[in-house]
Amino acid sequence: MTPARTRLTWSLAAAAAFVALLVVADGLFDAFTLRVFNLCAIYVVLALSLNLVNGFTGLFSLGHAGFMAVGAYTCALLTMTPEQKEMNFFLEPMAPWLAGLSLPFVPALLAAGLVAALLGFLVGAPVLRLKDDYLAIATLGFAEIIRVVLTNTQSITNGALGLKGLPAFAGTWVVWSCAALAAAFMVLLTRSSYGRALKAVRDDEIAAAAMGIDVFRTKVVSFTVSSFMAGVGGALLGHVLTTIDPKMFTFMLTFNILLVVVLGGIGSITGSVVSALAVTILMEVLRFLDGPLDFLVFQTEGRPGLRMVVFSILLMAVVLFRQRGLMGNRELSWGMLAKVGLLPRAAAGEEGPRC
Amino acid sequence: MKRLAVALSAVLLVSLGCSQSKPTTVKLGVFEPMTGANAAGGAMEVEGIKLANELYPTVKVGGAEMKIELVLADNKSDKVEAANAAQRLVDKDKVNAVLGSWGSSLSMSAGPIVKDKKIPAVALSATNPLVTKGNDYYFRVCFIDPFQGTVMANYAVKEVKAKKAVIIREVSNDYSVGLAKFFVDAFKKLTGDDAAILAELNYNTNDQDFTAQLTAVKAHNPDVIFAPGNYTESALIIKQARELGITAPFLGGDTWETPEFMDVGKQAVEGAVFSTFFATEVPITPTSTVFLDAYRKKYSKEPAAVTALGFDGYLVVRAAIEKAGSLDGTKIRDALAATQAFPGAAGLITFDQNRDATKSAVIKVVRGGKFTYLTTVQP
Amino acid sequence: MTLATFLQHLVNALSLGSLYALIAIGYTMVYGILRLINFAHGDVFMLGAYLAFYLVGVFLLPWWATFVVAILLTAAFGVALERVAYRPLRDSPRISVMISAIGASFLIENVAVVLFGGRPKGVAVPPILDVKLNLGSVSIMSVSLVIPALTFAILGVLLWVVHRTRTGMAMRAVSTDLDAARLQAIDVNRIIAFTFGAGSLLAGVGGIMWAYKYPQLNPLMGVMPGLKCFIAAVIGGIGNIQGAVLGGFLLGLIELLTIAFLPTLTGYRDAFAFVLLILVLLVKPSGLLGSTAAEKV
Repeated sequence: MTPARTRLTWSLAAAAAFVALLVVADGLFDAFTLRVFNLCAIYVVLALSLNLVNGFTGLFSLGHAGFMAVGAYTCALLTMTPEQKEMNFFLEPMAPWLAGLSLPFVPALLAAGLVAALLGFLVGAPVLRLKDDYLAIATLGFAEIIRVVLTNTQSITNGALGLKGLPAFAGTWVVWSCAALAAAFMVLLTRSSYGRALKAVRDDEIAAAAMGIDVFRTKVVSFTVSSFMAGVGGALLGHVLTTIDPKMFTFMLTFNILLVVVLGGIGSITGSVVSALAVTILMEVLRFLDGPLDFLVFQTEGRPGLRMVVFSILLMAVVLFRQRGLMGNRELSWGMLAKVGLLPRAAAGEEGPRC
Repeated sequence: MKRLAVALSAVLLVSLGCSQSKPTTVKLGVFEPMTGANAAGGAMEVEGIKLANELYPTVKVGGAEMKIELVLADNKSDKVEAANAAQRLVDKDKVNAVLGSWGSSLSMSAGPIVKDKKIPAVALSATNPLVTKGNDYYFRVCFIDPFQGTVMANYAVKEVKAKKAVIIREVSNDYSVGLAKFFVDAFKKLTGDDAAILAELNYNTNDQDFTAQLTAVKAHNPDVIFAPGNYTESALIIKQARELGITAPFLGGDTWETPEFMDVGKQAVEGAVFSTFFATEVPITPTSTVFLDAYRKKYSKEPAAVTALGFDGYLVVRAAIEKAGSLDGTKIRDALAATQAFPGAAGLITFDQNRDATKSAVIKVVRGGKFTYLTTVQP
Repeated sequence: MTLATFLQHLVNALSLGSLYALIAIGYTMVYGILRLINFAHGDVFMLGAYLAFYLVGVFLLPWWATFVVAILLTAAFGVALERVAYRPLRDSPRISVMISAIGASFLIENVAVVLFGGRPKGVAVPPILDVKLNLGSVSIMSVSLVIPALTFAILGVLLWVVHRTRTGMAMRAVSTDLDAARLQAIDVNRIIAFTFGAGSLLAGVGGIMWAYKYPQLNPLMGVMPGLKCFIAAVIGGIGNIQGAVLGGFLLGLIELLTIAFLPTLTGYRDAFAFVLLILVLLVKPSGLLGSTAAEKV
């Protein structure tokens, strides 16, 4: 078999294994494990969207929480039944045009992404001309502005009371399909000429411009697509929790996703996927740190907050000592696995360019 | 890939967590914020629950006397974490009932989870009506905001003899927004004056400078100011108001009853009036006396109102388990729903058709650096 | 709106603005030297306030001694922070340094939550600063008169240091071109450490004065002021000390006077600062007193 066909076979086998895992998970996992498992999928989508703009285009954007919020609210308002809306908006009556608005889940999800993308375009157009630091603060500012607006527009978003009773459409298959689509999309994008343009812009803007790439347009498109994915991710998160309020979408949320991306390797798709899984699971596993600890020699009282200290130290350690993160900007490929010894040599296909 | 292996094994470990064994203890999940913005409130409720567990550590189920074990889960004052914590309690720890949470939005996170698994939950001080609406498995042992708002409006009109009021609310806090709205409605009705509310000014959580809003308030010169919000901001608001020369009395809600409110506000908060669930000077039932004695002996200080509610939550669930005679979630739920005039430390508990408790409210004032009881208001 | 009310609003705005200005100076000093947004500045500010609190409570020092000791400790912390979190990354891409800054900020906040507890603490304000003064119909606290005086005094001292001493000259050299400064036998590490120390000292001063004005400590108290003061520094022209002071006052004025005239927008108050930032970045990115530098390829 040609190396390409070998790689294709392995890829198909992996895909089949993945589907089998989903079937097993859906059937056998208890609700708690399933919840963590699904949360992993959502973090995969979010990490990939942040990686697109931070890792592949080199733009330091801190506004992710804002786009997630917009996506979540759009999807929520479109999928909630009129009765649920009645129940939620008991303090101040809902804006009348919202009451009747209703879409089935998949179109609502797409709408959420599109609204977030539109916002990303509107935000990006003025802001993407700025340099690194200023871009970071400007996008952070926009996320805060969005949150403040959502808190104050009582008649549209129910303000601080939040929305409760979102239909639980985001089941295992839905979220993991989205994660798989996101990953597939990213792989295709980075392998295309468009992806190469993104990386050129990241590596050296002036050289890229000299090569004829429209730097600004590239940045705006990348930012808009990233916002689309963030909106979808936010909508999925909302539907898994079935309740949302503006306080969820603070800078802490962006920080969590940033943590995932940095740990996995800025600019690596597989890095983001693995890191999303690891961090989500670790967050739950390390829960015991917040309670009383028994070191055999001495015991400490319950010190809440220790878990987040550990994560902050982890981030600092990675940034200071292994800036590349888990995967750097390389991708997991069958060739790499074969080199390490996990797969038979024949599968590798020594020739053929690694992208 | 070593790291991939580590990640996969972590997934497997987590999924292997459940162990199946015949229950010999009754497990009560304590679902409270121990860290994050609401940590203070959560800690106070947990104090009450733990005290009750010390005094009444067992329950009679069917014929057997079973020990009650508390399983604590910190929801970190964060919604996503709250959902995870609740799921964990219900699935991995297999609790038979849940107590909590402080903070209505956190309780709402747990709502669909307990409903799905048919585990009854009792909120202790969450006053947002949405917590129990539409959820057969969520109860609460405190009154709800519509009642509390009316209580304060009555006080404003009858005692303070106020005709015009100004509202200062924390726009990013559902409790504050809700309570303010109910006060406004009641105040307008009582004064018969639609323009009785001169202004409604907002601020955000974690704000520290309120001089702009307060200068506007001073210009309106109201008879009374209703400022429901967390004690963290409220103490500063009242202090800055007095510094600006505003003399109108301040009214608030149950979140003011914490030692930090006076620690930060010091002299300025003298005379602040608020509604709450419980007063240590006025034991309402025999249980109140039991609770007060035990608490004073253990901590040598006065308990907070929400601590009494924590105590009550534990007792009411324990009574329901005993009445149901089984550990089945639905049976406990039904027994809870049938609770009538249960003597709790903070009053008699009867659950109405929305599973809310109709309780009397207590009004307190800050006098001489202490929370002093003023009066009780019946529903 | 009556004149009395307007004057009160104005006094409030200037008072808040002077506090912003004080903290913005520290931000701008660090950015001028390292081209780094020190996200942790707001948390150093918080540490200064907590240190003063514990020094008073635990060691029972009089408040002015506490003040001095606290700001020196904060300066030392700032130097340590630079050494650990930023110096190793000096030759790395900007994105790494920024992530390190954010990471450091979160680490300090979370450690503070574990050490000090998440519940707020009341501050004992020194009696001399807690006096209510009435100038006509306008009320002002004595602490609000001390802060602008302090800000301008510090401004004066800093301008003298930067323009009239050798260290200041070295600082200006490093901020113009780090490698060229190295070639001039300037100990770049020492200068950067000094700048960080000075900036953190100012953050400490700002933190303690903030705590005297708003006597409530909590581990997250530095987050919003940190962001707003950075915005103030950008508005005035980042890297420019006078600009920071100007930006601080301007931000205070705009924030409070907008609410004064449009009280229905009180809930959107935090958003004003960010809207202002974006407007300034789009119209004049170098700020009011800053100058643009052409980028050489």
